[in-house]
Amino acid sequence: MEVELTDKKQDSVLDKKIVQRVAKLSSLAVKEDELATYAADIGGIINWMEQLNEVDITNVQPMVGTEIAQLRLREDVVTDGECKEDVLSNAPERIADFYAVPKVVE
Amino acid sequence: MSYVIEGSTGPWEVVIGLEVHAQVISQAKLFSGASAHFGADPNMHVSLVDAAFPGMLPVLNRECVDQAIRTGLGLNAKINLMSRFDRKNYFYADLPQGYQISQFEFPIVGEGTIEIELDDGSVKNIGITRLHLEQDAGKSIHDLAPKETCVDLNRSGVALMEIVSEPDMRSPEEAGAYLRKIRAIVRYLGTCDGNMEEGSMRADVNVSVRKAGEDYRTRCELKNINSIRYVMQAIEIEAKRHVEIYENGGEVDQETRLFDVARGETRTMRSKENAHDYRYFPDPDLLPLIVEQSHVDHLKSTLAELPDDKRNRFQSEYGLPRYDANVLVAEQDIANFFEKVAKGRDGRMASNWVTGELFAVLNKKGLTIHESPVSAEALGGLLDLIADNTINGKIAKEVLEDMVETGDMPADIVERKGLKQVTDTGAIEKVIAEILVANPDKVEQYKSGKDKLFGFFVGQVMKVMQGKANPAIVNELLKKQLS
Amino acid sequence: MLTGMKITEAADGLRQKKFSAEELTKAHLNAIDKLNARLNAYITVTADAAINQAKEADKKLASGDAPALTGIPLAIKDLFCTKGVKTTAASRILENFVPPYESTVTSNLLRDGAVFLGKVNLDEFAMGSGNLNSAFGAVENPWKRKGEDTFLVPGGSSGGSAAAVAAQMAMGATGTDTGGSIRQPAAYCGITGIKPTYGRCSRWGIIAYASSLDQAGPMGKSVEDCAIMLQSMAGFDPKDSTSVDKEVPDYRAACNRSLKGMKIGIPMEYRAPGLSPEIEAVWQQGINWLKDAGCEIVDVSLPHTKYGLATYYIIAPAEASSNLARYDGVRYGRRIAGDSLDELYANTRGAGFGDEVKRRILMGTYVLSAGYYDAYYLRAQKVRKLIYQDFMNVFDKVDVLLTPTAPTAAFAKGENQEDPVQMYLNDIFTVPASMAGVPGLAVPAGLSSQGLPLGLQLLGRPFGEETLFAVGSAMEKAANFTHKPTLLAGGSL
Repeated sequence: MEVELTDKKQDSVLDKKIVQRVAKLSSLAVKEDELATYAADIGGIINWMEQLNEVDITNVQPMVGTEIAQLRLREDVVTDGECKEDVLSNAPERIADFYAVPKVVE
Repeated sequence: MSYVIEGSTGPWEVVIGLEVHAQVISQAKLFSGASAHFGADPNMHVSLVDAAFPGMLPVLNRECVDQAIRTGLGLNAKINLMSRFDRKNYFYADLPQGYQISQFEFPIVGEGTIEIELDDGSVKNIGITRLHLEQDAGKSIHDLAPKETCVDLNRSGVALMEIVSEPDMRSPEEAGAYLRKIRAIVRYLGTCDGNMEEGSMRADVNVSVRKAGEDYRTRCELKNINSIRYVMQAIEIEAKRHVEIYENGGEVDQETRLFDVARGETRTMRSKENAHDYRYFPDPDLLPLIVEQSHVDHLKSTLAELPDDKRNRFQSEYGLPRYDANVLVAEQDIANFFEKVAKGRDGRMASNWVTGELFAVLNKKGLTIHESPVSAEALGGLLDLIADNTINGKIAKEVLEDMVETGDMPADIVERKGLKQVTDTGAIEKVIAEILVANPDKVEQYKSGKDKLFGFFVGQVMKVMQGKANPAIVNELLKKQLS
Repeated sequence: MLTGMKITEAADGLRQKKFSAEELTKAHLNAIDKLNARLNAYITVTADAAINQAKEADKKLASGDAPALTGIPLAIKDLFCTKGVKTTAASRILENFVPPYESTVTSNLLRDGAVFLGKVNLDEFAMGSGNLNSAFGAVENPWKRKGEDTFLVPGGSSGGSAAAVAAQMAMGATGTDTGGSIRQPAAYCGITGIKPTYGRCSRWGIIAYASSLDQAGPMGKSVEDCAIMLQSMAGFDPKDSTSVDKEVPDYRAACNRSLKGMKIGIPMEYRAPGLSPEIEAVWQQGINWLKDAGCEIVDVSLPHTKYGLATYYIIAPAEASSNLARYDGVRYGRRIAGDSLDELYANTRGAGFGDEVKRRILMGTYVLSAGYYDAYYLRAQKVRKLIYQDFMNVFDKVDVLLTPTAPTAAFAKGENQEDPVQMYLNDIFTVPASMAGVPGLAVPAGLSSQGLPLGLQLLGRPFGEETLFAVGSAMEKAANFTHKPTLLAGGSL
């Protein structure tokens, strides 16, 4: 299989600002000095993905699921829950039977 | 007169669209087997799926799908036989998965329309854009600990229907009428209990203003308002805010705002400050939802009677005026109560007693029709006593008061208090004769043309007879004796 | 050596009372003791629980009511949630996570009597092709290049599973395969592994990487061992909406089926110019073996298969960016404090995830973000459909496809690492079947000139696992791959 590798240094589609925005959307703390590396890495991958633009996708339906099965439904019966201790068993911080997080201001 | 806000630059029209979040009535949650019921201890009605533990997967609840279809049918909307679940990605304390499973591109219900009726009797159609199924979030409690927010996931994953309207409403009154109509429809269908105070129905309100003939201007979304009254207040306040901004030369920012009831103002929601990029994509844990037309037909054939249909039937079956019929069907329980009273009786009389005397009693005592101290059977019995001339209307009101206090049946009260109507003409004639003898001057005045005194004589007779005389017979005999 | 046996042999030995399940388990625990410090295949060893399970197995064997896997010691990829046993996904963010539940696949294995030795290493959240992305350190491939002691990677992401089986620290292991994570490490470590049809094994309780691709499967010392394990692991699960309600056939019986008249497709697109002559030679060898076994060889074309990798690296990170959003330090796992909730999230996730995971989350978030969805994700799902259709078209003509499993033999730590795309190329032969959801079986076929195992891959129709086992068994017999790695239980260190 021929897979072309493009030179990512040439024209990275990503700059640090985009990485910063994406990091915020992903709730990931990324250090200033890592931004450029991520921009170059991801930019390179994105460039490489541009090869998909040469595929003719006219009238092609996107793949959904596996094309094999149909969605199954469950009956409306209570079969679960009532397992507070399991639910809270791994909580890093709890107050009484609640999970606790730093105060959120609406 | 249409609703406008008078600004210094002239009148402004208000444009309103509503997104109603209605909690689906079901036993279990939308994608898990945990109970969907209210009122459990914190984190009791939570499965590991709802708490988004690693490797947990959603499985769709059949009844929630059916409830959405029923509601769609009630909104006269198109049911989409292929719909799909998408992930709406964002981080929030009470959103354990880091995404909400919702329907973005292909909702289960498409366009529809409902009719609202305003106080002046006018009727307006409001377009429904879509209805989709989605998961509710958990609950953040901010006032339990000084520095922490406490998270309870009991509601996490409960099924919601989001009903989106077209921006077709032009006044707070229309928005209120729309919400009442939606509430009536879901209650009739048994798909949502419609209790806004408990949060099982909430509204997001999109408000903008414009000058007549203009395109839409920037709208603001007021989030999570939980009463019809507040929705109406919030619209007025927000619309005035927009007018003020425009008239001071400013621009309205498109944003999500919070309605502060206590302060009577709206303000920017801090948690929604950053414009979100929800990165919707089809949930790969679920496959497209395919519904058979035959199944939709089956649900349609077993659908409960809708408010509009019931109103039409009340008009034709009981001869009620449209207005009265609308009052009765506004709430299903009232409509049912009325029908029990009206069955085999005079429909208009039943309607008058329910919406008149009974509502007065309930209002005074602050009770709902459910809690009515007078049952439909008892009220029907009272109407029977009027119909067969056992008592007259005035006495009936007295009997009703007694029924409210004692809970006794009307016939027993009439018996106990000796309120049976006097129809014995001899007895009535005797009293009339006494009254006329005692008031010769009034008789003289009447005969010389002062017709209004007739009422005085009726009153005197009734007084002597403690109201129990049959009014028709009294009138007839009085006329004869005075002529 | 008890650890040198296959599952089929051990099962017979246990029933013939040649040794007890306890002895068998202890032999493997000893091997772990001896080798794990160097190979780092296991993250958690559950020795006490394993011995207890083995004792239970002995009772069952004595009673005569013993299912197929009774007393067979297995390694479990640390991506399967195991009740009461720490499950980390090889990530700092889950370093202390103890699930109060057992995944469906591991429940099935326990039901059938298996003994769990512990949880084995992997690339963090199954993202990688070299098992270099583990928060608990890289896994070393027990195989060595001739005359060298260079640290070679075992492949990934199921690198711990592959190394444990190859070094005889377990009789078999569970793996998961999203783009080749069972087949490629099986090839690198000279063992057998199958990625079943998507929907064949339940995903319930397996920590998700890319939901539309993830599939569990067995890794073992022989095709028949894999058949026995898959028999237990597979099956319909109402808790997984993508699990397919289809009877599990007798896979072990399928291993002995005749291949007479079977048509084997050779996809021309896999003959890339850069393919190493050694791999090419092994492939040709495989073709000859199957010809000898009575198969007809047919040249076929999968025109869109070359887009598989780029498609994969859009779809998998996109799904991962969403699947990994739940690791936020609120309900479980590691939490790094912050002054606000947003800070807590960013700190927890920033410190809790490793570089490759962060890179894929950022990439996935980017391709799904406003304005890019159509250009990347939607386009990729359409190309994926074309790849799927390619497979369905050729399966009208042939029963099975034969390809190499990986473009090279195991590489050394440090090689291939300067560029992520270069690293991604390891999955080039395995990814297309993942995109199409079809099953793939990797079988060791020979050694490179440097003495490293090379594998061949068989791809089948959806739910065509029986055919794969039949063809795989024939190929295994012909290859007679009896070579053993340098680092081995009982071997020299």
